[in-house]
Amino acid sequence: MANSAILKSSLAKKYWMALTGLFLCLFLIGHLIGNLQLLSTEKYEAAMRFNQYALFMTSNPAVKALSYVTYLSILFHAIDGIWLTVQNRKARPIGYVKNNRSANTTWASRNMALLGSLVLIFIVSHMATFWGRMHYDANMPLYKVELSAMGQKQSFYRTTTQQFIPVDQVAPSLEEAHKTGKGKYIKNRTELYDANAQIKIAELYKDLYKITVDFFKQPTYGLLYVILYVISMAVLAFHLSHGFASSFQSMGWSHPKYSPFIDKFGLVFSIVTCLLFAIIPVYVYFVL
Amino acid sequence: MATKFININLKVWRQKDAKAKGQMETYKLDKVSTDSSFLEMLDQLNEQLINERKEPIAFDHDCREGICGACSLYINGRAHGPDRFITTCQLHMRSFKDGETIFIEPWRSKAFPVIKDLVVDRSSFDRIQQAGGFVSVNTSGNTIDANATPINKADADRSFEAAACIGCGACVASCKNGSAMLFVGAKVSQYALLPQGKIEAHDRVLNMVRQMDEEGFGNCTNTGACEIECPKGISLENIARMNREYLTASMS
Amino acid sequence: MKLDSKIPEGHISEKWTNHKNHLKLVAPNNRPKIDVIVVGTGLAGASAAASLGEMGYNVKSFCFQDSPRRAHSIAAQGGINAAKNYQNDGDSIYRLFYDTIKGGDYRAREANVHRLAEVSGNIIDQCVAQGVPFARDYGGMLDNRSFGGTQVQRTFYAAGQTGQQLLLGAYSALSRQIGQGNVQQFNRHEMLDIVKVDGKARGIIARNLVTGEIERHSAHAVIIASGGYGNVYFLSTNAMGSNVSAGWKIHKKGAAFANPCYVQIHPTCIPVHGTNQSKLTLMSESLRNSGRIWVPKKKEDAEAIRAGKLKPTQIAEEDRDYYLERRYPAFGNLVPRDVASRAAKERCDEGYGIEANDTNEGVYLDFASEITSKGRQAALVAGDHNPSEAKIQELGKKWIEEKYGNLFQMYQKITDENPYETPMKIYPAVHYTMGGVWVDYNLQSTIPGCFVAGEANFSDHGANRLGASALMQGLADGYFVLPYTVSDYLANEIRTGKISTQSAEFDEAEREVRAQIDKFLNNNGTKSVDYFHKQLGNIMWNKVGMGRNAQGLSEAVKEIDALRAEFHRDVYVPGSANEMNTELEKALRVADFMELGQLMAMDALQRNESCGGHFREEYQDSEGETLRDDENFKFVGAWEYNGPDINQEILNKEDLNYEFIKIAARNYK
Repeated sequence: MANSAILKSSLAKKYWMALTGLFLCLFLIGHLIGNLQLLSTEKYEAAMRFNQYALFMTSNPAVKALSYVTYLSILFHAIDGIWLTVQNRKARPIGYVKNNRSANTTWASRNMALLGSLVLIFIVSHMATFWGRMHYDANMPLYKVELSAMGQKQSFYRTTTQQFIPVDQVAPSLEEAHKTGKGKYIKNRTELYDANAQIKIAELYKDLYKITVDFFKQPTYGLLYVILYVISMAVLAFHLSHGFASSFQSMGWSHPKYSPFIDKFGLVFSIVTCLLFAIIPVYVYFVL
Repeated sequence: MATKFININLKVWRQKDAKAKGQMETYKLDKVSTDSSFLEMLDQLNEQLINERKEPIAFDHDCREGICGACSLYINGRAHGPDRFITTCQLHMRSFKDGETIFIEPWRSKAFPVIKDLVVDRSSFDRIQQAGGFVSVNTSGNTIDANATPINKADADRSFEAAACIGCGACVASCKNGSAMLFVGAKVSQYALLPQGKIEAHDRVLNMVRQMDEEGFGNCTNTGACEIECPKGISLENIARMNREYLTASMS
Repeated sequence: MKLDSKIPEGHISEKWTNHKNHLKLVAPNNRPKIDVIVVGTGLAGASAAASLGEMGYNVKSFCFQDSPRRAHSIAAQGGINAAKNYQNDGDSIYRLFYDTIKGGDYRAREANVHRLAEVSGNIIDQCVAQGVPFARDYGGMLDNRSFGGTQVQRTFYAAGQTGQQLLLGAYSALSRQIGQGNVQQFNRHEMLDIVKVDGKARGIIARNLVTGEIERHSAHAVIIASGGYGNVYFLSTNAMGSNVSAGWKIHKKGAAFANPCYVQIHPTCIPVHGTNQSKLTLMSESLRNSGRIWVPKKKEDAEAIRAGKLKPTQIAEEDRDYYLERRYPAFGNLVPRDVASRAAKERCDEGYGIEANDTNEGVYLDFASEITSKGRQAALVAGDHNPSEAKIQELGKKWIEEKYGNLFQMYQKITDENPYETPMKIYPAVHYTMGGVWVDYNLQSTIPGCFVAGEANFSDHGANRLGASALMQGLADGYFVLPYTVSDYLANEIRTGKISTQSAEFDEAEREVRAQIDKFLNNNGTKSVDYFHKQLGNIMWNKVGMGRNAQGLSEAVKEIDALRAEFHRDVYVPGSANEMNTELEKALRVADFMELGQLMAMDALQRNESCGGHFREEYQDSEGETLRDDENFKFVGAWEYNGPDINQEILNKEDLNYEFIKIAARNYK
């Protein structure tokens, strides 16, 4: 009894929605901290920090483990949500002729499925644009810095050990290195090898910063992407404005003394988080 | 607060029986006293229909003082009409304007099938109660003295507030998901807050929720419509308490 | 007809114990072979069905509502009495017994009332064990309040919703038995006749109110717990569906109907507002703990108030007549209900009524003094020794809200006036019926195997019921009396076997029911059922109401007789028999109200005395108090049906013997 109850009952579905939802809120905070690196005052530093963050997110084993939980959460949250919505529709086969829903509920609370679906669409396109390229794009650019040396501009790769390697000393592959006689070459997209010894001498950063900035600064569609991004964040804010406090209620974490605080915090959290997310592409487009 | 008389238009759901297909019918009713209750207005309409040799509208009602929970009308898109903390029978015509068109529909829920016109079958609530809404004590009277177990006043008061539920079903009717969690949450809470009810609290919440699910009620998405429309102001806190109770019960 | 009350021998305090010790039992293994029908799911019915189900009998429980939880017991507000003496104010079983007998104006059976007082404490224990959330004090102990007609605090309560909480307690016990299969519940079913086989109650004919189907149900015993008959008056505090049909049908099949003229007119109800009014709303008697009742001293003030020229708050203290405090200084605003009601009628008849309706009937129930005194007290407790007037008012209103919040809110919703600022307007209204089916000490009617419990019987309240005693009686009957006495009867039925519904007696009963339904549906008259019900109500209220006299009563008998003939000739009932048909339901109920109404007038006419709720204007003293005639009327008037002409009913008398209480004039001065 107890076992099937925790898996199948109406309340269990609520628990899962709440737990996955709350976990995704935590993920949002992590993601936001990273994104905020883009706002560093100096462009050079912003790129550096952002790419460092991107590397951390894709290489740290703990973070990696968490990322799988995140994927699962998104999946579960979405499937569970659709399942709930279908069931809830079935619970009222004949609707009202006249219904005054705004008298007793907020718009967001009534439209969580719609808001959630929009958020899901956003997540998919967002992942295709950034996460997919970061992970799978063979042409993912590497992070370079332009420095002026002796009155001449020169490009350098930046290694994770904070060395500067002139770009023109590095060949894209071993064959190329042999052909051109360059001393270093790149293997496995980010590893810097010594052409003679054929040993790894350093690790380079993928330039997610450039991808991001280029994406929003595209001459034809850049502005559209910025607008869509901001709208998506508004949708997310509405979703969170109900979802955050709601998950506490679903888990039964309710107390006359503390619940009002959670409600307020949830509202502030959803607005501030989404606002900060939304500022970034606007900044990129208009300021950078 | 002088008595006024208003003329109104009504759009009422008419349905011959459980199997028939229903539809909204329009009626005109003149000279309705603003001191009349909403149900007295319907009495007046029925009297008019009977005099026209038409069949009167069937609707559930009994005590007409807001406690039996029988009356159950969805008025102008809201359970028990526009005011808060009242049942349909406590709604008065002074809440409506002269010339207004008023929509009257039955509760809509898979678990509350329409029997006739505005009358629905709420026996699903009874079955939930039968699944566990009680303390398993026999009725011999051979229990301990009523004052042998002191109960913290705050707990007793909160238990009473939950127990004030009249089982009208407005929570289900106004929930966009047709969920019965406020009703079940209130019942679970009433007992969970009292030492007498704690003993079988786990079985109770598991059994009542199982029955609730079987009846075809929807799932709670915490929109809070139930709390707003509940004539007795039953708090959402009771749903949270049920969630808590259920979680502990299903893990132990 | 011979009336044997079967009161056990012995001292009053030992009667019930001795009696129980000698009642026959049914062994647990035999109980599942026995069927019991319970009609009604109020406090008495639900508790009886739950108890008998738990004992192991096969119980079939019926109610006309859509759920057993909606029976009208749910509307009781104030509380339930029990002789617990938790408040240490000298209460005891004897005192509760004495107060109830005296409150009933010495027209109740001593033995029954003592038993009621004896089990009263068990009721509270039982309810608490079931999870009924009674009000508690800060120490965690149960709280009490006072009610009319007593000088102790013995009333247990749950805000203004005590009946609801007690009924939900009984309903939960009943639900548990339904869940276990011991009780089969029939919602939306109305009993339309009882079936007797060889003189014993053997079943009922019921109509399924959803499908219209006429059903036969057999049993070894039938318990009627269908409530009172206040709706004879059309306007009352009863629920719209409350009816006397079950009780009246068994009366027509041989059960004597006792003291029909004893009706309780409750003093604190919201006054009538208009002709479309469908029912009256009670404001709990508990409000009299805090409110003071008054009318203006000067007629011109009353007239000015009715005309809307003066507000009650503008009447100076010395121009107010707190007539209950004036007439009854010892009990003041807490005199019994009948006394308070008559006093209000007296003032209004004299022209001091303040309500601006057709009859000017209304008096004030004022909370201003209580708000001030409780506000001052609360300020002191909070450490404010010099509170401002505004602070006192604020704290006082808060106190009132905590105590009576739901009642004040209910009042405001109905009247659109704020009772925190202006006094409530109240007037008496029909509330409870002390009369009912005659039963012996075992609660068995004069039909063997047919038991009657709760308000449906006549037994415990004499000519006037004290506040908070109805809940006590309902639960006492259902939990603690019927399980023993019904078992005693059923002990002789263990060899009977299943009772067939395919018998001549069931055929005949069903035929009669169908004939009555067909007659109504084919009557093709011109007026609605409500039209006739309102006419009946008018006659009853004006001539068989708070003040009665021989002339009015004789007229009422004739008028009702004529109205009944017209009803059967000219009523129009739309729809068909095979569907949910609320007009048909009403017609069947009103037919019974018509007959009972006439009997009530006859009973009031034969009782040439004033007692309790029965006030004959010819029999009062110089101060307008009731004059009982113990020499000639110290009896229960039990009427025996004698054919369709109600005038032919036969009056049987059960003498009341007061062995343990000295009978005296009731005095609340």
